[in-house]
Amino acid sequence: MSLRTPLGRVLGLGSAKDGTGHWWAQRVSAAALVLLGLWFAVALTGLPLGKHDAVVGFIGAPLNAVLLILLAATLAYHSFLGVQVVIEDYVHAHGAKVLLLTLSRFAHILLAVASIYAILRIGIAA
Amino acid sequence: MAQFRLPRNSRIQKGKHFASASGASRVRQFAVYRYDPDSGENPRVDTYDVDLDSCGPMVLDALIKIKNDIDPTLTFRRSCREGICGSCAMNIDGGNTLACTRAIEDSGGTVKIYPLPHMAVVKDLVPDLTNFYAQYASIKPWLQTRTPPPPDRERLQSKEDQELIDEPSACILCACCSTSCPSYWWNSDRYLGPAALLAAYRWLVDSRDEATGERLDDLEDPFRLYRCHTIMNCTQSCPKGLNPAKAIAETKKMLASRNH
Repeated sequence: MSLRTPLGRVLGLGSAKDGTGHWWAQRVSAAALVLLGLWFAVALTGLPLGKHDAVVGFIGAPLNAVLLILLAATLAYHSFLGVQVVIEDYVHAHGAKVLLLTLSRFAHILLAVASIYAILRIGIAA
Repeated sequence: MAQFRLPRNSRIQKGKHFASASGASRVRQFAVYRYDPDSGENPRVDTYDVDLDSCGPMVLDALIKIKNDIDPTLTFRRSCREGICGSCAMNIDGGNTLACTRAIEDSGGTVKIYPLPHMAVVKDLVPDLTNFYAQYASIKPWLQTRTPPPPDRERLQSKEDQELIDEPSACILCACCSTSCPSYWWNSDRYLGPAALLAAYRWLVDSRDEATGERLDDLEDPFRLYRCHTIMNCTQSCPKGLNPAKAIAETKKMLASRNH
């Protein structure tokens, strides 16, 4: 039991003076994903997915490779920001929260780097 | 570990039934949450048959009739009975609202009455609002200035500037909005909630206030402000028809505009 005043508890450690950047980045990356997602959807409809050579050739085209890398990076970034909010919402034990946030950061960076590496490897070899 | 059941002392049991006196013509049933921490018993739902012919039209009228005529142990807050004090905020038929402005006729059948959700219960329909009030106090809900007031009159404000604070000033702090917000349920220890944020916005847009920057500094926090995910239960539940969700969105825009 704490004898701290209710106001003292609410004021706590004070404001983090942070959060606006996160909020803005979530929206900007969402806008980027709308554009990249639209391009990706249109590109997929014109692509014969059953034909290996055609898909490799598509990734090999410079503009496609650049846009695919941007899509993978933006997707991972936006997902990281979103998963962070979910963890902060629902995980209340401080240690577990920091651990999960760090693991999520690692996982998303791994995902982004692996995707970009795959696109580059296919694109440059093509 | 994750909990899939309510704690033992929160599981609600079937309660007593208070039948109406014989000869009553228009009987409506009220199912009311009952909890007395001193008894050591679990919460229960008691049902009361109320004769609407001898009762006022509002849910609060029925609660007062139950307390006066049927069961004096029923505990609830009420004062003005006209929607301006905010005391009788409770959860009626699954939505937070004021018992005094909610018509019994708006309920299809049995009127189900619970305390405001996800708050510690003091007794029956009385929630513990200590943290809620402390959060309101924390946003410094008063005028802050550096310019001294004019010696011969009050601080002036144009009509347009007054209209900006018109709506947010109408909040009665009944807590219907904050206790309907899932984000507030999970993080009320750090998230200020829609009521306190609407109050903060009321001072952010007050043309006479000179602490806008400091107020924004205090709000800019991943938990205090940014736990709001625009769920908008607050705006839907507000019995005064106010729009806390919009006030929070405007606050986020003010913060973003400091960076651009």
